[in-house]
Amino acid sequence: MSTAAVSHKRRSTLRGATLPKWSPWAIAGGALAVAIGIGMGAGLDSKVQWGLIAAVLFLLFTYGIAAKVEGRRQAKDRIATSLVWVAFLLAVIPLVSLVWVTVSRGVKVLDGYFLTHSMGVVADSEPGGGVYAAIIGSLEQVGLATLIGAPIGILTAIYLVEYGRGNLARAVTFFVDVMTGIPSIVAGLFILSLMLIFDMQPFGFAGSLALAILMMPVVVRSTEEMLKLVPNELREASLALGVPKWRTILKVVLPTSIGGITTGVMLAIARIAGETAPVLLLVFGNPFINNNPFEGAQASLPLYIYQQYSQSAGANAAYDRAWAASLTLIAFVMILNLAARGIARWKAPKSGR
Amino acid sequence: MDISTQTTDASPPTPPPTEAERKRAARGATRPGDRIFLGLTRGSGILLLVIMAAMAVFLTYRASLAISKDHGNFLTTFEWNTNLNPPVFGIAVLAFGTVVSSIVAMVLAVPIAVAIALFLTHYAPRKLSGPIAYVIDLLAAVPSIVYGLWGALILVPHMQGLYGWLNDYFGWTGILSWEGGAPRAMLTVGILLAIMILPIITNVSREVFRQVPQMHEEAALALGATRWEVVRMAVLPFGRSGVISASMLGLGRALGETMAVATVLSPSYDIQASLLDPGGGTFAQNIASKFGEATEQGRDALIASGLVLFVITLVVNGAARAIIARRKEYSGANA
Repeated sequence: MSTAAVSHKRRSTLRGATLPKWSPWAIAGGALAVAIGIGMGAGLDSKVQWGLIAAVLFLLFTYGIAAKVEGRRQAKDRIATSLVWVAFLLAVIPLVSLVWVTVSRGVKVLDGYFLTHSMGVVADSEPGGGVYAAIIGSLEQVGLATLIGAPIGILTAIYLVEYGRGNLARAVTFFVDVMTGIPSIVAGLFILSLMLIFDMQPFGFAGSLALAILMMPVVVRSTEEMLKLVPNELREASLALGVPKWRTILKVVLPTSIGGITTGVMLAIARIAGETAPVLLLVFGNPFINNNPFEGAQASLPLYIYQQYSQSAGANAAYDRAWAASLTLIAFVMILNLAARGIARWKAPKSGR
Repeated sequence: MDISTQTTDASPPTPPPTEAERKRAARGATRPGDRIFLGLTRGSGILLLVIMAAMAVFLTYRASLAISKDHGNFLTTFEWNTNLNPPVFGIAVLAFGTVVSSIVAMVLAVPIAVAIALFLTHYAPRKLSGPIAYVIDLLAAVPSIVYGLWGALILVPHMQGLYGWLNDYFGWTGILSWEGGAPRAMLTVGILLAIMILPIITNVSREVFRQVPQMHEEAALALGATRWEVVRMAVLPFGRSGVISASMLGLGRALGETMAVATVLSPSYDIQASLLDPGGGTFAQNIASKFGEATEQGRDALIASGLVLFVITLVVNGAARAIIARRKEYSGANA
């Protein structure tokens, strides 16, 4: 390391010279000033170009100054730091924009009327109408999917953790992994192929089946992790008292991990609540209220968003409804997420970590 | 349980177990409740396998119906006219579009996601990194249709400037030339997919980077390494397999994404050489947008294309899992 401590003679000579803490800000300011100068001088009218020039200049200045004062290695370190920060800021822009736009445009028409009325005969280009039918459809489809998917997922996880040894358990583990990666539209096509064979028309429960398929692997994975956290001493103590294994599982293992399991199920619900593709194929959408998931096409919140976007040919009223429905859906998913995390923290196993 | 029937020299002699007792011990589950419960749990495990098998069988069955009627070549035809009699369709354009959009998404998302994961674990102030990680966790849960709506109404208009700039400076390459159509092309799709898979890759990578042994980093620091050198020499090599598997999971998501592509892309059945010219399509997008007008024959054709997508995602996910399994100790987060 170079020992030339030019600017900071007061400091210990054992450490190499370092730039003062405010130097990145100073360099950024300088780069910005020069960039504006270049931009004005060359007559570039795009502010984005000014920003890009400033960013490139900032990197060059940082490298040059740091290399001169602190040495090449420190200069590289500073470049890496800047790049990591830039990557972070770059990624934040679209994500913040997504949340901001959804909220700001969604609140325009989102009110009590919107939540308690359906589209009915309201034309796509007209204002009015709402998501009531879609909410009913979504709740019923997701609820039925949960009734099917969650028990199967939890039981499978219990099998894998408490009983599973040998080839069957290995096969189940492998195929749960495989199932996790199935695109939602393929799950929809699977149920569709069954419906084609039995010559059925779209109905809500068909969507539930596809959603249940998507839900199961998620529940299995999370429940498995939670059951593994239950300390073995608890099981052994219960078994040593002569309690049958199945009662040990039901009365000792599951109550200990119930918080984590609930969290996993709620996260899985949040995931399937936003699925559009299988619902599009199997439930079809319906502007009227249909309370029966076992007969006739139903509406669904994500599908409602898609249809308001794609069938409206650019009508502003429909776009407003799409944003409001998006906000409703995001709010639903986020509340589930936050509640799930809250439960996880509240009911976390006290020991075993 | 079997241990109880064994005797050692030191223990007092026990009466030899009866035939019934031995049978019970061998079976493990002795009480009726145990047997029922084991049956239930094992049954649901088997049910999962049955569902997977049924999925493969029924998709293949319907797909074979469609392909046997196809008058084009299923793999090479640039057309999707399933309502004709006889139907003519092929997946060439869809396969191309799926691969291209996913590659664009990966090229953009993986470096940025890794950088964000590094930012959260090694660069950000402690106070900041916790909440940011939490928010990114939540963003992974935003439904894809919302990304699609945002992409179509907000991202697409904002791409105009970038498209013009790319055409001005890189148009000569051919793959970045632009004829001035609406920017509903593969590049926009790739960017939107990248934004969507960013939270997933970031989350998994962050978990992996967090598991880098403190000792490795401290050893590097003690040798006088700068922070970047610590990252390059201790963190990245340790996390490599985890990052690869995270990327593969993201790739699986990008390959099968439906709604975001269906809202943003303006599809056609030909292959555009340039990423900036609208056209092309992906498997999932094609299924969503052709489903409405499809007859039963058309639906079978869509199922055939879905089967191809199914196989592709199986291969990608299988590869990701294999990488995780091979170096399990490095990726406890998701294995």
